[in-house]
Amino acid sequence: MKDLIIRFIIGGFVVSLFSFISDLFKPKTFAGLFGAAPSVALASLVLTALKQTKGTAAIEARSMILGAVALLIYASVVSYIVLRFRLPALWVSLPSLLLWMAAAAALWSLVLS
Amino acid sequence: MIVALSTSGLKRAKWYEYVIRFALGGIVTASAALIAKRISPSFGGLFLAFPAILAASSTLVEKHERQRKRENGLNGMYRGRHAAGADAAGAAMSSIGLITFAIFVWKLLPEHNLLSVIAGATVLWALVAVAIWWSWKRNVPQRFAKQLGFSRTKARSTDRESIPAPPSSSAGSARQPSGPPRRRAS
Repeated sequence: MKDLIIRFIIGGFVVSLFSFISDLFKPKTFAGLFGAAPSVALASLVLTALKQTKGTAAIEARSMILGAVALLIYASVVSYIVLRFRLPALWVSLPSLLLWMAAAAALWSLVLS
Repeated sequence: MIVALSTSGLKRAKWYEYVIRFALGGIVTASAALIAKRISPSFGGLFLAFPAILAASSTLVEKHERQRKRENGLNGMYRGRHAAGADAAGAAMSSIGLITFAIFVWKLLPEHNLLSVIAGATVLWALVAVAIWWSWKRNVPQRFAKQLGFSRTKARSTDRESIPAPPSSSAGSARQPSGPPRRRAS
């Protein structure tokens, strides 16, 4: 439980830091680069390597490649739908999380399971 | 200048928006660890690239742009949605950098110093993301496609050139139809 609280605080802090940096930049496409910053990964990989082993962190990083490919699909689809059909961002980005999960799970079962 | 620093985004952001981002970041980080522990580190690793923050940030970007336009007496709905789409497009480019980040950590972490690998991977992510954004901004993919003969721009310009100019003398006649020119029967 203590480990999860530490991860919550550090993860939240790193994500907020990248969001803060993102708010400083123009144009929006450049600021958007920070939307796929390795914020959760930085906190998680460092804590896993310190608390467990570097090998476990490397295994997580290997799976993260597939998660990032799913993120590429997710962000491309959200961007296309919002720009093409002018729908509210929340209507597109929230249901599309299911697309990320489906893509990530499919890639993981194909490549790593 | 293509990229500029601006404090207007910070001024517009409310304190609770940072609390939402903090909470989302914390929940995703803790959940990834929990999944790694309960199921396997291999499956939990997927969630290190979970786009929860992207969903929140694109929604907030839309809201801020809409507010900005409304303050100027405009609707701002389309402007807000365009900004949210642009934000997500930036994230799509950056996710290629995230793939290189993960490959770098996977390959180098077992045999090298933790902080050096993490710092190197973060620098690599930033370089790849900015390089892709820069080349997109400079129309490099379009130029490359044009060189390979895959460009649609060339075909469009040819079509446009072939459309005859409307006759200036026929002021009272019907409007010229748009589209490709029609061959008249002689």
